[in-house]
Amino acid sequence: MIDYFYLIPIALGLGLTALAAFMWSLRSGQYEDLDGAAERILHEETDAPLRKNPHTP
Amino acid sequence: MGCCGPGAELALLARDARGTAEEVLLASRVVADGVRQTDLSVPTVHCGACIRTIEKALGGLAGVESARVNLSTRRVTVRWRSESAPPPFLETLKRAGFEAHLFDIEPDKTDGALSELIRALAVAGFAASNIMLLSVSVWSGAESGTRDLFHWLSAIIALPALAYSGRIFFRSAWRALRHRRTNMDVPISIGVLLAFGMSLYDTTQHGPYAYFDASISLLFFLLIGRTLDYMMRERARLAVKGLAQLAARGARVLQADGKQVYLPVSEIQANMTIMLAAGERVPVDATVTKGTSELDVSLVSGEQTPVPATVGTVLRAGTLNLTGPLTIVATATPDNSFLGEMVRMMEAAEQGRSTYRRIADRAASFYAPLVHLTALCALVGWLFATGDFHRALTIAIAVLIITCPCALGLAVPMVQVVAARRLFESGIMLKDGGALERLAEIDTVVFDKTGTLTLGRPRLIEAGSMDREAIGIAAALASHSRHPYSRALVEAAADLPPSRVVFDGVSEHPGFGLEARSGAISYKLGRPEWALARPAEAARMSGDGSVVLSKDGSRLAEFRFEDFLRSDASKAVTELKHTGMLVQVVSGDRETAVALVARQLGMPYLAAVLPAGKIAHITALEASGRKVLMVGDGLNDTPALVAAHASMAPASAADIGRNAADLVFLHESLSAVPQAISVARNARWLIRQNFALAIAYNVVAVPVAVMGYVTPLVAAVAMSASSMLVVANALRLRSPRKIARRPVAEAQLSAKAIIEAAE
Repeated sequence: MIDYFYLIPIALGLGLTALAAFMWSLRSGQYEDLDGAAERILHEETDAPLRKNPHTP
Repeated sequence: MGCCGPGAELALLARDARGTAEEVLLASRVVADGVRQTDLSVPTVHCGACIRTIEKALGGLAGVESARVNLSTRRVTVRWRSESAPPPFLETLKRAGFEAHLFDIEPDKTDGALSELIRALAVAGFAASNIMLLSVSVWSGAESGTRDLFHWLSAIIALPALAYSGRIFFRSAWRALRHRRTNMDVPISIGVLLAFGMSLYDTTQHGPYAYFDASISLLFFLLIGRTLDYMMRERARLAVKGLAQLAARGARVLQADGKQVYLPVSEIQANMTIMLAAGERVPVDATVTKGTSELDVSLVSGEQTPVPATVGTVLRAGTLNLTGPLTIVATATPDNSFLGEMVRMMEAAEQGRSTYRRIADRAASFYAPLVHLTALCALVGWLFATGDFHRALTIAIAVLIITCPCALGLAVPMVQVVAARRLFESGIMLKDGGALERLAEIDTVVFDKTGTLTLGRPRLIEAGSMDREAIGIAAALASHSRHPYSRALVEAAADLPPSRVVFDGVSEHPGFGLEARSGAISYKLGRPEWALARPAEAARMSGDGSVVLSKDGSRLAEFRFEDFLRSDASKAVTELKHTGMLVQVVSGDRETAVALVARQLGMPYLAAVLPAGKIAHITALEASGRKVLMVGDGLNDTPALVAAHASMAPASAADIGRNAADLVFLHESLSAVPQAISVARNARWLIRQNFALAIAYNVVAVPVAVMGYVTPLVAAVAMSASSMLVVANALRLRSPRKIARRPVAEAQLSAKAIIEAAE
């Protein structure tokens, strides 16, 4: 049993990564326009989401 | 949502969305150095091709930095360089085939609440799933060393999650306690915090049971309910805000040195001279000093026919100038104007109304003391019976957790979210859940006439029996004017072939009509006594509602107009009566006009009522024990909307009316009113069922908990099962269309029952 305890930090790490990824996607405005994102995939132009502050990278 | 979603029909209701450069500037804000942002509401965007068209058209304008369509909210965000005048957004969009109107940008304050909820939900979800994973191995019988380790891990995960996700509940509970009240959040907070504290203590003492999973998954379930509830209200609010603004944003003021400046309404003072173009709304109460025109006062007083204005006429804020430019002098500041007066009456009515306590809060005020008392009894009882304080406390906390209103906290919001969704599908925007509860109690419906029972715009009557040639000529002439009768003529001729007559010059004579020449022939369209060469002939015609088309002074055709009832108005009224409602009309319009409509629909009426009279009428009804639903659209209805128990407004209502109403319906049909009421009643029935389910669950679970048989596993299973049961029950709420098809016999039966109960 004790041999497999190394799996716990890995599981938690994966969970934290997913949480961080979700937070990032939320912050970068990817949930602002779900209907639009589905259509924009067919366009050739840029499809990056709109940023709240235009001049911050 | 496809092309046929509720938003698509907004286009029909959009009135003149005029946006001068000054208005665009007023409604925009600075987002970065030299860059301004303007938000536009474009209700007709519905596909990928629209996105491209709009972004290309706007992006191609000089000075535009970026244009971005949001398909979900049907908005366009345009960023433009502020050195030059704002580019012509609205005109460009109109050429591309999209009606658009300006959307006031508000501070990002409200965005914060939703993203805070979602972030809290994400953190709670992460913590709940990981703690559950660890708990499963504990439940399946881990050895004590492993169990302690897993408990410690759970505690480490739970603590930050509790602090981060739980503060939404703690804050609300603290606010309620400080005002010496309880709400649902008080037992939730106490249960979660005590369970965590006790589990932490047990973990340090190498105890076999820890409730970390229960306390975090409780938070997770409740946050789901809360987030859905918030999203529902936010969506309705945005949809209502996206409608065209009907009040003036500002006015062109003539200064002493002869220059004209565009000032926002809030900066206008008495005695300022204002240039009011045709098609603009009067910003403040004023007197006309130059020019003649006609004014559409339907939104302000409920009168249908346009009112003539000449030098000396007193204008009320909010009326629409139709035909000619006017020079007016402000007689009051915005605060003292008609609009300001309405706002003050609204506030007074708000204070006069008894505060409504939501079902959940009323339930909590019974439930919370009961739960806390039971837990206390369990604690004291076990302490006396065994003398083991630790054991007694564990059992008391198990009682708190098992009764913690997980199901109860979801019982109300879930039903209301589903109801709001059903209403949204049929074009009815619900502002908040409390309104749904109040709507279910309604037994009296008071309608305004103009713009509510009727469409608020005239239509040509007996068009079929008229000379098509004459209608064609009249429509060609009328297309040069924004008078409602002209609009009606153009609308009536939309299906006819265009007239072959070519006009040389068209001029509009405010207060009289339109005149045009075609070669040597002179055409006139307007008041009979003006259009006809022989006044004697005109005198024979009935005055107000008729318009004459003449050719060189002789009559070609006579047109009559009438304000039409909304589609389904009589069906809706009949349906309301069948369910035992008292239905009335209260209007500011003249007696004859109101009587006509009231007789058609077979309901009692009050005519020529002032705004204060409307409030008095509703207050009197409420005082006699009735629960009134007010349905109205005008500025003059707004105080009454607030005074009533619940209120509804059509999408075409005045801005403050739309904001004050609990529900806003977008479609033309008046059947929205009975639909909303039946959804509200069904929702109330389901909420009661959910409460019954939650109580039944507690009746079974509490004795088990008090006996001390609740392990963390039992708690987790019981809580999840009861939550899912409640959610599944909420989803049974039917959509209004299906409800409408219910057999009439049942409706009549319930009507009879209600009447009997009332007696």
